[in-house]
Amino acid sequence: MLMIKAVARAMDYIPSSSDKSARNLARRLGWFSVALGALQLAAPHRFARALDFRGGEPVIAAFGVREIATGVGLLAARDPAPFVWGRVAGDALDLVALANGFFDSRRRGVVLLALGSVAAVTAVDLICAQTLSADNKRRDDTPPDYADRTGLPKAVDQMRGVAAMNGQMPRGMRAVPWNAHAGEART
Amino acid sequence: MKALCWEGVSDIRYQTVPDPKIEHGRDAIVKVSSTAICGSDLHLFNGFIPGMEAGDVIGHEFMGEVMEVGKDNKKLKVGDRVVVPFTICCGECEQCLSSNFSVCERSNRNKGLAEKVFGHSPAGLFGYTHLTGGYPGGQAEYVRVPYADVAPIKVPSSLTDDQVLFLSDIFPTGWQAAVQCDIQPTDTVAVWGAGPVGQFCIRSAVLLGAKKIVAIDRLDDRLSMAKAGGADEIINFEKEDVFERLKDLTDGNGPEKCIDAVGLEAHATASFDSVIDRAKQALMLESDRPHVLRQMIMACRPAGVLSVPGVYGGFIDHMPMGAFMNKALTMRTGQTHVSRWSDDLLRRIEEGQIDPSFVITHKVSLEEGPEMYKTFREKSHGCVKVVMQPGGVN
Ligand SMILES: NC(=O)c1ccc[n+]([C@@H]2O[C@H](COP(=O)([O-])OP(=O)(O)OC[C@H]3O[C@@H](n4cnc5c(N)ncnc54)[C@H](O)[C@@H]3O)[C@@H](O)[C@H]2O)c1
Ligand SMILES: [Zn+2]
Ligand SMILES: [Zn+2]
Repeated sequence: MLMIKAVARAMDYIPSSSDKSARNLARRLGWFSVALGALQLAAPHRFARALDFRGGEPVIAAFGVREIATGVGLLAARDPAPFVWGRVAGDALDLVALANGFFDSRRRGVVLLALGSVAAVTAVDLICAQTLSADNKRRDDTPPDYADRTGLPKAVDQMRGVAAMNGQMPRGMRAVPWNAHAGEART
Repeated sequence: MKALCWEGVSDIRYQTVPDPKIEHGRDAIVKVSSTAICGSDLHLFNGFIPGMEAGDVIGHEFMGEVMEVGKDNKKLKVGDRVVVPFTICCGECEQCLSSNFSVCERSNRNKGLAEKVFGHSPAGLFGYTHLTGGYPGGQAEYVRVPYADVAPIKVPSSLTDDQVLFLSDIFPTGWQAAVQCDIQPTDTVAVWGAGPVGQFCIRSAVLLGAKKIVAIDRLDDRLSMAKAGGADEIINFEKEDVFERLKDLTDGNGPEKCIDAVGLEAHATASFDSVIDRAKQALMLESDRPHVLRQMIMACRPAGVLSVPGVYGGFIDHMPMGAFMNKALTMRTGQTHVSRWSDDLLRRIEEGQIDPSFVITHKVSLEEGPEMYKTFREKSHGCVKVVMQPGGVN
C-alpha cells in the first residue's frame, strides 16, 4: 500500500507541493546542489573509492565547491535561470570527468550508474532551465487582462443553454446517461 | 508566391515557392486573405509530429477568394469568398457519408504511410505532415484546395474575415469537443488548456448549457479570457492542486465531463510525471507528454466522458488504464469533422450567438510569421491567437 501511495505521489496524481512553478523546481535543484556539494567536499575519498578514481580526491572536492557555489547562488538569486544553466554546464563537466575515469576504473558498474544518474539530472536541469528562460521572456511584459473578450453578445448566464441539445445528439456522440436520457434507456 | 515553410525544428521561413496549380477537376485555387497559426502548428514547429520534410508549406486555418476552379467543380465560382476547413474530405466515401469527415477514406494521398503508423489512415490535412497527405498549407498567398466542391464554406460579405476565419478549425474543434461530452444541465465541465481551442470549448459549453465550467491553465491572461467567456472557476495549475480543487468544486464527485485542450506538449515542469515525460521525449523513449490525459482520468467522475481535441502523435507511457477502465469512463477523440458543423456554426455567427474574433490578439502580415511563431510558442506579449494577412494587414 505504501508503495502504491509513493508511486502515486511521485506520479503527481495525489496532491503534493502546491507550488509547481519552474522556480520551485529550481529551488529544489539548488538544495540538491548544496547537499551533493557538501558531501563531495566533506568526504571526497568516499566518492573516489566508490568509483575507484585513484587520486581523484582534489577534483571531486573542487567539484563539490562548484556545486555549493551554484546551489547557493541559485537559492539566493532573484533570477535562478542563469544558475540553472550553470548547473547544466556543471553536469556536462561531471559527465566528461566520469567518462574519462571510466576506462581506468575497476568499478565500471558504479561509474556507469553514476553516469546514468548524472544524465538523468542533466535532463531535469535542462528542462528547468528552458522553462525558466521562457517564463522570463514572458515576465518582461505585463500580461494583458482580457476580461472584456467574452465573444458572447450577452451576459454568460443569458447565453447559457441557448444551443442545448436536449437529447438530440448527433450520431455517435451520446454519453452514458446520469439523468437526461434515463427514460430512453428502457425503450 | 510567398509562403511560410517548415525548414526544420524551430525553423519557419518566409520564402518563395512555386504557385499552386489545378491538378484535378474538383480542385480550386484560393487566394488567401487571412490565415492563422494554430497550437497544432506549434507541435510541428517544436518537432514532435513525425513526417515533416524541409520546405513543406505549413498552415491549415485559412480563407480567401476563389481564383480558379477545376472543370468538374460545380459548387464554387471564381470570386466566391470561402473559408476552407482543415480536414480534406471527398464527400463520397463511407466515412464522409457518415459525417466522419476527419477520417475520410480517400483524401489522404499517403495512405500507406499513415497505415503503418496508425493502422488505418485518417483524412488528408492541409500543411500537416506527409502522414496526412503532405498537402501544401494555407500560410501562403495561394493554396490548391483538393475536393473543393465538398468542404469549403461560402461566407456572406456581411461578416468580416476575423468573424468567420475560425470556422476552418478552432471554433468547430471547441464545439465538437463540447458536443461529444453530451453536456447535461447538471454537468460540471473541466477544460484543461485555455489556449484558442480551450477558449472555444468554454464558450461552446456555455451555449450547450453546462451547469459549471472550470478552466485550467497557468497563464493569467488566458485565464482572464476564459473567465470572460464563461468559466465559472479557474485553476492555476502552477499554484494549486488541480485534482483537489476539482474535487472541492464538485462536492467531492469530480467533473462529469473533462476536455483536454492541451495535447502532447503538456507544460514540462509543473509535475513530476511531466518532467519525466519531457526527458524521455528528448531521448526519444516516448513521443508524447500525456500528463493531462492522466490527470483527467484520475479527476473525472466515474461514468464520465473525456473529450480529447488536444493532438497526440505517437506513443505514451504510464496511462492509468486501471482507473480508466474501473471508473467506466468514455473517451472521445479525433481531428475535427469540421464539415459536420459548418452550416450550424456559420448560422450561429450570423445570428450573433457568438463572435469568434474575440480570440485574436495579434494581427500581422504573413512576412512576420516566423517571428510570430516564436511569440505564440512563448505565449509572450499576451499572445493567444495570431492572424496573418498576405500582403499586409488591412
Ligand atoms: N482535434 C483537432 O482537430 C484540433 C484542432 C486544433 C487544435 N488542436 C489541438 O488542440 C491543442 C490546443 O491548441 P491551442 O491552439 O489552444 O494551443 P496553445 O498551445 O495555444 O494552448 C495550449 C494551452 O495549454 C496550456 N497547458 C499546458 N500544459 C497544461 C497542463 N498541464 N494543464 C492545463 N493546461 C496546460 C498552455 O499553457 C496553453 O495555454 C493542441 O494540441 C492542438 O494541436 C486539435
Ligand atoms: Zn488547427
Ligand atoms: Zn471521404
